Amino acid sequence: MFKHWKQGLVGAVTAATLTLPLTAAGALSDDKIKIGVLSDMSGVYKSLEGPGAVIAAQMAIDDFGGSVMGNPIEIISADHQNKPDIGASTAREWIDAKEVDMITALDNSSVALSVQGLAKDKKIITMNTGAGSTALTEEQCSPYGIHYVYDTHALPVGTATAMVKNGGKKWFFITADYAFGHSLRDNTGAVVESLGGEVVGNVNAPLSTNDFSSYLLQAQSSGADVIGLANAGQDTVNAIKQANQFRIVQSGQKLAGMLVFITDVHSMGLDIAQGLQFTTAFVWNQNEETKAWSERFHELHGAMPTMVHAGVYSAVTNYLNAVKETGTDDTETVRAKLGEMTLNDMFVKGGKIAPNGSMLHDMYLVEVKKPSESKSEWDLLRVVSKIPADQAYISMADTKCSLVN
Amino acid sequence: MQVILAQALLGLNVGVFYAMLSLGLAVIFGLLNIINFAHGAMYMLGAFIALIGYSFLEQWLGISLQIGFWASLILVPLLVGLLGVLIERLLLRRLYDLDHIYGLLLTFGITLILQGLFSNYFNVSGTPYPGQPESLSGVVNLGFMYFPTYRLFAIVFSLVVCFATWFFIEHTKLGSRLRAGVENPDLTQAFGLNVPLMITLTFAFGAGLAGLAGVLAAPIYSVSPLMGADLIIVVFAVVVIGGMGSIMGAILSGLALGLIEGLTKVIYPPAASTVIFFLMVLVLLFRPAGLFGKEK
Repeated sequence: MFKHWKQGLVGAVTAATLTLPLTAAGALSDDKIKIGVLSDMSGVYKSLEGPGAVIAAQMAIDDFGGSVMGNPIEIISADHQNKPDIGASTAREWIDAKEVDMITALDNSSVALSVQGLAKDKKIITMNTGAGSTALTEEQCSPYGIHYVYDTHALPVGTATAMVKNGGKKWFFITADYAFGHSLRDNTGAVVESLGGEVVGNVNAPLSTNDFSSYLLQAQSSGADVIGLANAGQDTVNAIKQANQFRIVQSGQKLAGMLVFITDVHSMGLDIAQGLQFTTAFVWNQNEETKAWSERFHELHGAMPTMVHAGVYSAVTNYLNAVKETGTDDTETVRAKLGEMTLNDMFVKGGKIAPNGSMLHDMYLVEVKKPSESKSEWDLLRVVSKIPADQAYISMADTKCSLVN
Repeated sequence: MQVILAQALLGLNVGVFYAMLSLGLAVIFGLLNIINFAHGAMYMLGAFIALIGYSFLEQWLGISLQIGFWASLILVPLLVGLLGVLIERLLLRRLYDLDHIYGLLLTFGITLILQGLFSNYFNVSGTPYPGQPESLSGVVNLGFMYFPTYRLFAIVFSLVVCFATWFFIEHTKLGSRLRAGVENPDLTQAFGLNVPLMITLTFAFGAGLAGLAGVLAAPIYSVSPLMGADLIIVVFAVVVIGGMGSIMGAILSGLALGLIEGLTKVIYPPAASTVIFFLMVLVLLFRPAGLFGKEK
């Protein structure tokens, strides 16, 4: 036993002396920066993040010049298949055997939470761009976990605030009947009521409901100004499509989607989606800068970027900036630098990464254009109003993150 | 009252799809004794073929070719029926001497393969079918509500198909031969009828019905790889309630359960997806052969 221990020690010392000179030579721990893009490459979230996230990350690296302080920057990517265990084991392998320095993408909250938990133990920065759960920066916040693009606080709070202020006082909810839907509805309802609005009704629709028409007619006869869709994915798309069949928007009610991506709008088409309002962090044709970047992305990917794609580009760029400015890839140092920086690029203006990991930035309430207003295939959204960062995100005074209070 | 009427009509709208699908299942089970788990996948396939024919052929093949809704109503059931022929001839035929469960597992496997293939290439949250004919795009004022013309068309069309099928099987010479072939294949064959061919065509017909339901559903619901999986379990419950193998039972219980589900959506929405199974349990307790089934 003692003999083995001794051998082990000798081995470890030898290994340490062998790797030490390398470390000193490159300034970085392993002479390169390696970024892991871990996403849903084949399932439900493929089109909103997936392979497009790898392209966005590569664009960020190319724009950065492909190297930092003479060290190459590499990408590694994998499919987490929406399974937390696969996500965590991939991340573990990347960190232990492939020397990954930062992990990004991570759509799907359960995957993001498991990878962020692992990365916390291993002291690796995660910059989640795709998952929504506020638990990432609240109950389960991590000193190295950054939540970059949106969260389930920013989405409904942003949409509800703006819509109530624009006259949508009476709300009726169609809620996906499980934890996610209920919390989305409760969050939104609380905001509506705090602004003097009123929730006039709610119906809990079972998950994966085929026919929403019955619920939509109940919403219509409730006399509400706004029908809040506290659901996601196929349920949202079905509900919107059927609202169109029954002319609900044309007869004066507004639809509010709590989690909608531009790719959803594109696949639904304007005939169906027109008038829908929702919150997003990014509108590709908002200004010349976003437009130029998005058109480059479109050439490589064949579709315009979602807010998540643009967020991956921004996250990777700012991570590399922090490495460059500090001259190291040491996790503590880089994370501290990221916390000091004010983020300015085509995706974010004046963004700040808070101590709980939340990237505080302005969000936008958008409305889907009418077919007659759209000038091109992807000209789908109009910005209705800006939601300032301090309203969109949980303030540091209210956060439940143990790192802050 | 108006609310109840409106919801009843919406329930009927769901009911006709249950009826068409459970009818196909009942025909296949009644005549072939196969529990066809691939029925939902064939419904999904029907919707996808219509979508591909309308939106993607031109894009994929590079030639100007678009198959419209009306043509799809005829072509799609034929294509899905053809797939039914292949499945029956190449796969199911080998299992007839084995227990029911083998057929069920095989068809379940086919379902998983088809769903996997389509999930790989299409958006799982659903793609809209843009080919709904202009003539059916408006709304009709029914006095108590405005109802989309297309949905009304789907209700009437499905009812016609359902009752035509029932009439064909129960009241025509060909139908009676079919039933005879099922009741006693050896004797029927001795009379010079080609029983294996009849079985193949029956399976193809059931599959074609599912495909047809898929085309009808495409403009109402989004076309998604999981649309059949979501429905098939409910449809099985409908078949059990109606009585396995009973043609009229499948049609009537499909319509009735659509109505009941529709009304549950108003009275107690969270139970809407379970009310059918609750009824199934009651029926199994008190009439194990189903409401219209014959005790064996």
